Amino acid sequence: MTPTRIDRRFAALKAEGRPGLVTFVTAGDPDYKTARDILFGLPAAGADIIELGMPFSDPMADGPAIQAAGLRALKSGQNMRKTLQMVAEFRARDTETPIVLMGYYNPIFVYPTDEFLADAKKAGVDGLIIVDCPPEADDELCLPAMQHGINFIRLAAPTTDNKRLPIVLKNTSGFLYYVSITGITGTATPDPTEVHAKVASIKKATTLPVAVGFGVKTPEQAKAIGRGADAVVVGSALVGAIEKSLGSDGKATAGTVSAVLNLVKSLSGAVRQR
Amino acid sequence: MTTSTTTTSTPQLNSYRTGPDERGFFGQFGGRFVAETLMPLILELESAYNAAKSDPKFAAELGYLHTHYSGRPSPLYFAERMTKHFGGAKVYFKRDELNHTGSHKINNCLGQILLARRMGKTRIIAETGAGQHGVAVATVCAKFDLPCEIYMGATDVERQAPNVARMKLLGAKLNAVTSGAGTLKDAMNEALRDWVSNVHDTYYIIGTAAGPHPYPQLVRDFQSIIGQETREQMMKAEGRLPDALVACIGGGSNAIGLFHPFLDEKDVAIYGVEAGGHGLNVENGHAASMTGGTPGVLHGNRTYLLQNRDGQILEGHSISAGLDYPGVGPEHSWLKDSGRVKYVAITDKEALNALQLCTRLEGIIPALEPSHAIAYVEKLAPTMGKDQILVMNLCGRGDKDLFTVAKALGMQI
Repeated sequence: MTPTRIDRRFAALKAEGRPGLVTFVTAGDPDYKTARDILFGLPAAGADIIELGMPFSDPMADGPAIQAAGLRALKSGQNMRKTLQMVAEFRARDTETPIVLMGYYNPIFVYPTDEFLADAKKAGVDGLIIVDCPPEADDELCLPAMQHGINFIRLAAPTTDNKRLPIVLKNTSGFLYYVSITGITGTATPDPTEVHAKVASIKKATTLPVAVGFGVKTPEQAKAIGRGADAVVVGSALVGAIEKSLGSDGKATAGTVSAVLNLVKSLSGAVRQR
Repeated sequence: MTTSTTTTSTPQLNSYRTGPDERGFFGQFGGRFVAETLMPLILELESAYNAAKSDPKFAAELGYLHTHYSGRPSPLYFAERMTKHFGGAKVYFKRDELNHTGSHKINNCLGQILLARRMGKTRIIAETGAGQHGVAVATVCAKFDLPCEIYMGATDVERQAPNVARMKLLGAKLNAVTSGAGTLKDAMNEALRDWVSNVHDTYYIIGTAAGPHPYPQLVRDFQSIIGQETREQMMKAEGRLPDALVACIGGGSNAIGLFHPFLDEKDVAIYGVEAGGHGLNVENGHAASMTGGTPGVLHGNRTYLLQNRDGQILEGHSISAGLDYPGVGPEHSWLKDSGRVKYVAITDKEALNALQLCTRLEGIIPALEPSHAIAYVEKLAPTMGKDQILVMNLCGRGDKDLFTVAKALGMQI
């Protein structure tokens, strides 16, 4: 594959000598317009790479915060076509910040896959993280995505041992996403020392950048985890900030967009500290 | 739909009994669509199961438990009055409702708990819909002294009160799941989340022939004793194989257990009966994944699902909590597309009527799940000759459904 937006962004981060901040929010949470305004504001608030969740009714690897975000989005009428439209609107204003779609395989499979990949590329999607597509299913989505010039970003877990790591790395591109806890998103708190050791051992096996996520919530944690990784992913905390900002009717308030962007600003400040 | 992979599932087959392939596929269905955290464990389970299969000690231990703990073989019973009533084929019941714990679920649980012990796992989790699987899991966990947690949808906790009490009595920790509609699929999501968080010591006893490979295969193998016994018993009773088999399908474990040993017998017609709920034409009003759904990927496998055009999973509906699941085991999806098994749907109302009919004619109160199969027998038997033979899997007893049935019939308890 020729260098992608993701490759260029990690090269720039390396030149700056700091870890990147990867932010996750769910497309359409709590509604299309608010989610789009959040998305538009993320680069200026300090997000280096944007993960955009594709809502799914049965998010098996997600904790309560991201489950709730997906349900809010679906309830507001979000679907895959609207998610791609949101990316296209973003791409019209920002040609450099990478966007990675994250979610589950089924909504892609029924789209169906080839049409989805063509539409995603056209909209300006740079990468995919599909939780339930392990290397054993590479011919389903990973290889076709690469053919469309879209990075397929693989997750590695604490249960991924040295024997399995090469299998996980084989068709991974863009970066590797290290799942810092044995569990679902936004639950346990990762131990930076353990994470750094694991990232160091992964880096012996690959030249790909390694981003660390699942359970990173505060600027302090982001800073600590970021010291031993190429990027830190924060998701549940941002989605939690959306939830807290909602009115009693569950709808967005005047403070929703700024609640998320202010948290991104402080996270971004933390990963920039030496 | 991807069409490139479906070619492998079209017939010209020498055998319908060779699946799954080494990657866990039956044609385009099945597979291992799980998070990376679970992959190493699923591969470990596969090799542990393969080792157990070729170990005579494993078979001997399971055989002993079947005979002395769950009470196998279950009888093959000639339903004489029902046969006369329908006026067609001779109707036999495979009486798996007489197993210890009251359904076929114990067959699978005994096999899997032995596997969990071989793998050195010290904690058991499971999902349950009607509670029959939960009760069977709680039972084997009590017997083998392993702590167990059962995930059950909050809606199901309410409508299956007797089984909830049984599980608690057996020492299981019951977690009522409130996400989604609080039914079986949501319970399965929560069980998977628990498993991802506790992979080091936890074994997940999936209750039906679905989920990621190797579960559909191993659950089928553990349930195939139903069909193996039926073959032997039928040869003894009639000196020949039956002309038709009928079983209800939620996830489809009792059905695949009956069907699998007969799949290569061309002269045996096979019917799987799905839950038609309020009717297949009622949107989100049924749980018939194959007769009223489309292929997709959920809970680790590709199979027929109830879903909307955006690939969001629907909740479905059935009066029977055990059939109220928006998916189905992948081998059934393949058997449907290959044409070997015919899948049909029966409504809530038809099943309720069949339950009453069976109770009055045979003195057997069936669970609501096999009542769907009985309702289809009611349609099928009269179209067959009196010299023909039909076997229906009576996979569960109706005690657990008394409150639901009484409510539906307007009876006071």
